[in-house]
Amino acid sequence: MNAPLPRDPLIQQAIAHTRSLQRAKQIAVSRRSVLAGAGLGLGALALAACSTGPRPAPLAAVDSSASDKSVVWDNWPAYIDEDDDGNYPTVIGFEEQTGIKVTYNVAVDDNNSYYGKVKDQLALGQDIGADAVCLTEWMVSRLIRKGYVQELDAANIPNKKNVLPSLANPDFDPGRNRSLPWQGGFAGICWNKERLPKGLRSVDDLWKPELKGRVGVLSEMRDTIGVIMQSQGVDVSSDWTESQFMDAIDLFRKQVDDGQVRNIKGNAYLNDLQNEDTLAAICWSGDITLINAEAGDKWEFILPDSGGTLWNDTFVVPMGSTRKANAEALMNYYYEPEVAAEVAAWVNYITPVVGAREAMDSIDPELANNQLIFPDEKTLEQAHVFRTLTAEEEKTLGTEFQKVLLGI
Amino acid sequence: MAFAAFASSDAAVTKPPRRKSTIALVLLLPGILYMVLFFLTPLISLVITSFQAELPGGDIGDYIPGLQWQNYVDGASEYLPHILRAFGYALVATVFALIISYPIAYFIGVKARRWPLLQSMMLTLVIAPFFISFLLRTLAWKQILSDESPVVLALKAVAILPADGHLTGTPFAVIFGLTYNFIPFMTLPLYTTLERLDIRFLEAGSDLYASPATTFAKVTVPLSMPGIISGTLLTFIPAAGDYINASRDFLGSSKTAMLGNAIEANFLTLQNYPIAAALSIILMAVILVLVGVYVRRSGTEDLL
Repeated sequence: MNAPLPRDPLIQQAIAHTRSLQRAKQIAVSRRSVLAGAGLGLGALALAACSTGPRPAPLAAVDSSASDKSVVWDNWPAYIDEDDDGNYPTVIGFEEQTGIKVTYNVAVDDNNSYYGKVKDQLALGQDIGADAVCLTEWMVSRLIRKGYVQELDAANIPNKKNVLPSLANPDFDPGRNRSLPWQGGFAGICWNKERLPKGLRSVDDLWKPELKGRVGVLSEMRDTIGVIMQSQGVDVSSDWTESQFMDAIDLFRKQVDDGQVRNIKGNAYLNDLQNEDTLAAICWSGDITLINAEAGDKWEFILPDSGGTLWNDTFVVPMGSTRKANAEALMNYYYEPEVAAEVAAWVNYITPVVGAREAMDSIDPELANNQLIFPDEKTLEQAHVFRTLTAEEEKTLGTEFQKVLLGI
Repeated sequence: MAFAAFASSDAAVTKPPRRKSTIALVLLLPGILYMVLFFLTPLISLVITSFQAELPGGDIGDYIPGLQWQNYVDGASEYLPHILRAFGYALVATVFALIISYPIAYFIGVKARRWPLLQSMMLTLVIAPFFISFLLRTLAWKQILSDESPVVLALKAVAILPADGHLTGTPFAVIFGLTYNFIPFMTLPLYTTLERLDIRFLEAGSDLYASPATTFAKVTVPLSMPGIISGTLLTFIPAAGDYINASRDFLGSSKTAMLGNAIEANFLTLQNYPIAAALSIILMAVILVLVGVYVRRSGTEDLL
């Protein structure tokens, strides 16, 4: 920059002129940008002041289902019957039966990221672009607590009577006025049968030295900590205390710090099972059935003797939906035992519909006896629903779990 | 334009050219609007969020406007390892990317000048990874570096890795992923400066009895400095904020979490927006300071 200037006076002047121009330009730009910045800052401040903080719960949108014969449904991947061409036979059946056009979106990959995507619209009662969404119960309990979902009209869902009695009255929504289960499943333990022929009996087997670095767990707090708490003799559906929760966190943290547990994943854990980074894991029941069908009968899933967790993904209708009646018709349709059985035969998760098992006998009798799809009393006794957390617990316990995940 | 004015008479030099050009303003308008809407507004809202306070007795994700400096203190102290990891990993990855990219760029830009076809083919190869999604490429590496992969088995066979060693979930895998993913950002700026390197300077160096190493150090490197600076910046800045490579779902584990992962967890899972915003601003500020010092030290302010 400070190299001596060429001696030619013409060039010297040229350089001086260019520099003065540059300086003038810099000043002009900075002054303008400062002014613009200040103005905008004030505007944004005003905006932010209106948009933060808790608002009154939104009101339900006016239902225009009668004139608008369509419904948008957001759901998880591999969570509905699918034929070889990528069509959803039961959805087509519903469209033919009711004349309501269904847009089925595989839009939910994770409860938290889905919530993060739509939370602002939810809070304002705006349309989130979906009329029916299936999210896991703990997230649904948050949505109900915050008043983000519409009350369902029981008259539009006569088949609601088919809901399994054990699921009819959850603590977050007694009588199922704002939610209806879609599919459920267990979290338990699984292992690679080829590499571990002796198998696992209990959660403690996961912490054996020979599995060091080859154990995977789920990044879903209620399943991983739930299974560990059960192994420590705590019933996760009971009114356990924070110190009991922290005991499980301590054990979990120790296993992560020691390198026993290396993989903590969401849906991506299946990938680790298949490339054998993970030989044994805390995992979800239906997934194991699915990858066994894909990659040979290589893995085994059990509910440990100490017990696993039972979760449900549940239909809700957001406040901003203008097609609630259509969504209700959709739910009603999926509560027909025959339809529920058809879905269950494909997704291999627990169906919440009474009578689906009998309907399954005619589709695939073997599946009708599969404990992971149609669990009997004995199996259900081994699985516990993680109790609903208070808002405060969601914050504090969630932070503790994330700390382990972030290595703090 | 300035030069033309200058050439005609001395008076023209002192008289500034038209200061207000409406056409220039109109042409700038889309850019200014874009920056205001998509950069300035989110930035301001981020700053405001970073000062929010928790609503007493509120639900998860409920915050009220406030002036909580504490958010910065809490974030910086709780996530100090993540901040250090972010910049440490990014620095190592940048150095590796430079070491790998320089010979590639030199070959394409200088040695391959005689064969334009080879030159363009090699350039295409450098850019080719962009044809595949960033996520898929990183997932592919996760597969290649997994425990039962030939890579790991071979490394174990020659005892480079201990018998119970792993690659995925280690700092090595994360830095490897960062280096791999940002190499094109290093190679391309290096290539554009080396491509214009005047070979006659190198010839002059050897005419003056400089060894090839001296010529490289005293002529080639200083002349390619603009490329080195922009390449390292283009690599270091995104690498420091990256959260994909270090994510547990990709090449990292809970022990390799970088600042980006901490921000993601606070924002998406914990709904702790103030801490997430404070961490983002800390990240931005540290990058700004580091880059400023770096550019000043390397004497290339003119580049910015």
